[in-house]
Amino acid sequence: MSSETQQILTTDGIPLSVSLKKAERKNKIKAFLLVVPLLLFLIITYILPIGDMFMRSIDDKMVTNMLPKTFSAMEKWDGKEMPPEDVFVGFYYDFKILVENKEHGKLAQRLNKEKNGFNSIIKKLFRQVQRNKIDEGQSIKEQIMKVHKRWRNVEYWQAIKRTAPPYTTAKYLKGMDMYYGPDGSIKQVSEDRRIHRILWLRTLEIAFFVTLFSFLMGYPIAHLLATLPMKYSNLLMICVLLPFWTSLLVRTASWMILLQQQGIVNDFFVMIGLVADDNRPEMMYNKVGTYVAMTQILLPFMVLPLYSVMKTISPSLMRAGKSLGGTPFVAFWKIYFPLTIPGIGAGCLLVFILAIGYYITPALVGGASGTLISNQIAYHMKTTLDWSFASAMGLMLLTGVLVVYWIYNKLVGVDNIKLG
Amino acid sequence: MALPKYTETRYRVWHYSYLFICACVFIFLIAPLFVIFPLSFNAEEFLVFSEGMKNLDPDAFSLRWYKDMIYGTKNPWGLAAKNSFIIAIFATIGSIILGTLAALGLSSRYMPYKGIIMATLISPMIVPLIISGVAIFFFMAKAGLAATHTGIVLAHIILGTPFVVITVTATLTGFDHSVTRAASSLGSNPVNTFMKITLPLILPGVISGGLFAFVTSFDEVVVVLFLAGLENTTIPIQMWTGLREQLSPTILAVATCLIILSTLILVSAELLRRRSERLRGINR
Repeated sequence: MSSETQQILTTDGIPLSVSLKKAERKNKIKAFLLVVPLLLFLIITYILPIGDMFMRSIDDKMVTNMLPKTFSAMEKWDGKEMPPEDVFVGFYYDFKILVENKEHGKLAQRLNKEKNGFNSIIKKLFRQVQRNKIDEGQSIKEQIMKVHKRWRNVEYWQAIKRTAPPYTTAKYLKGMDMYYGPDGSIKQVSEDRRIHRILWLRTLEIAFFVTLFSFLMGYPIAHLLATLPMKYSNLLMICVLLPFWTSLLVRTASWMILLQQQGIVNDFFVMIGLVADDNRPEMMYNKVGTYVAMTQILLPFMVLPLYSVMKTISPSLMRAGKSLGGTPFVAFWKIYFPLTIPGIGAGCLLVFILAIGYYITPALVGGASGTLISNQIAYHMKTTLDWSFASAMGLMLLTGVLVVYWIYNKLVGVDNIKLG
Repeated sequence: MALPKYTETRYRVWHYSYLFICACVFIFLIAPLFVIFPLSFNAEEFLVFSEGMKNLDPDAFSLRWYKDMIYGTKNPWGLAAKNSFIIAIFATIGSIILGTLAALGLSSRYMPYKGIIMATLISPMIVPLIISGVAIFFFMAKAGLAATHTGIVLAHIILGTPFVVITVTATLTGFDHSVTRAASSLGSNPVNTFMKITLPLILPGVISGGLFAFVTSFDEVVVVLFLAGLENTTIPIQMWTGLREQLSPTILAVATCLIILSTLILVSAELLRRRSERLRGINR
């Protein structure tokens, strides 16, 4: 046997490649086991609940579960003429159970959202059923139709039929100011009621401009920090890091003080004669306040990635550019600036992602014209309690953020996030 | 940054305007924090500088808002501070333990599916807080942990671990694995090796990640707004309520304390970062 074909064996007679693989697998499992606790914890408490949000946002099982007999009878109904007797029978027996369980109110509420006018006719029918006015021996269709004229209107039965599917995308449409018309087609809400589209656009606009302002302000100071001698730059770095570590609410509070009508910024404007004392501009509770406060709050997230990239650029490159005949501007534009593009990408995307989901600062200094989509989500979570709509809007926002995050990952890589 | 003598006038002008712009931005960044200090010592109830304060009249300054913060009637700050510290401390401990373990696993070169797992672990940092808040609220409500300290601590562990994972992973990139192998070859068991060799070396990263987690929890308001009941009120919640209803000088007193706290945290984080870089042999 030639030595080339002979397998290398370990001391216990197992081929080396096999035992190496075994050791590697063992190491893999070991490494994985270390990650498992956090991974499981996050999956259970975080990832799955986001899935739960999705289920809630498309969930429309309530009526489906309330009117099972009606919907099975409706399967044969074409939805154009008045439904046949068996649909009414099914509906009557479903409704009787609801009355016994005192759940007819919920049904009325949900159906009223589908088509206005259900509330009162369900109440009427409820009274009839409660007093056992409906004779099960006779035609139930005739009797229900007599309760109220709307029960004779086929549009109301069409509305009931529309609630049959257990899942719906209606909440997502609502988030974009659209809805399903009576015939199932997608329609736009009237122009004066398109609040959500305004909010989406405003969120994008504010996130974009905050990113732009942070970039315009962050680039020069990051450059200064990276080029100054260490002893000065360390001192100036505190100006960036202290706001970074300070509570968001503290910084928002100080902007509320600065920007109020009798505040220091307005005092300053009056002092230099920019505005009259009796005509101080309102700088808070509008977009100005949101822009100013959010830019200051997010600026460190722009400066830090820029700084860490600029720190690695050798100053001799600029000197070489100048010595080869470039003016300082040309040297900067052709040499320095292209080298900082990874930092610009990281900073801008980080600030954009954070700005697009901002909630606290706009809610405090934004007033009505400075509120963003997050405020709307919180409003539906806490005030109207329309959790499925809040979930739908949250997921729409999340999709947007994930797209940006994906780009960020492609450009810079998540592992390159630097803190402090 | 002195300019060479031969610099042309237009570049000289440009250079000084550049420095001026930088100075303005630095003032923009740091000045808002300093407005709070003097106003929190205001003797009056208004949030503007009184005439007395402008003339540095000692009577215009007082500690009354600090007294109000500590002894005030229906004082919410005491309970809020207690809750905030308890929640932040437990959340930090939880984040450190889970995050460090995960970072150790992620830094191993044998770790499978590194990219996707890292992305999952860091996701709470990227997902907008409002969405995290809604999702965590749904979970806590189902688990019966809404309006409990436990629920809030768990929520803050979710938000805090990404920071620990990032800082510890960063510390481990310069880690010399031969020292742990040396320990094993000398007969140390894995736990002992970790405690005696690995942990001391990565400790700066662990602590600075812990500081991030602490600050995240201490400053967090969006998720707590969904989760907290009256008993679980925290400092950020109280500030949020206060800022929405009426901006009182007491809030400024609290804010001043918070700025001092964040200064302390900043200093310790900076010191740790330098120590960590020294330990890893990165000289700058």
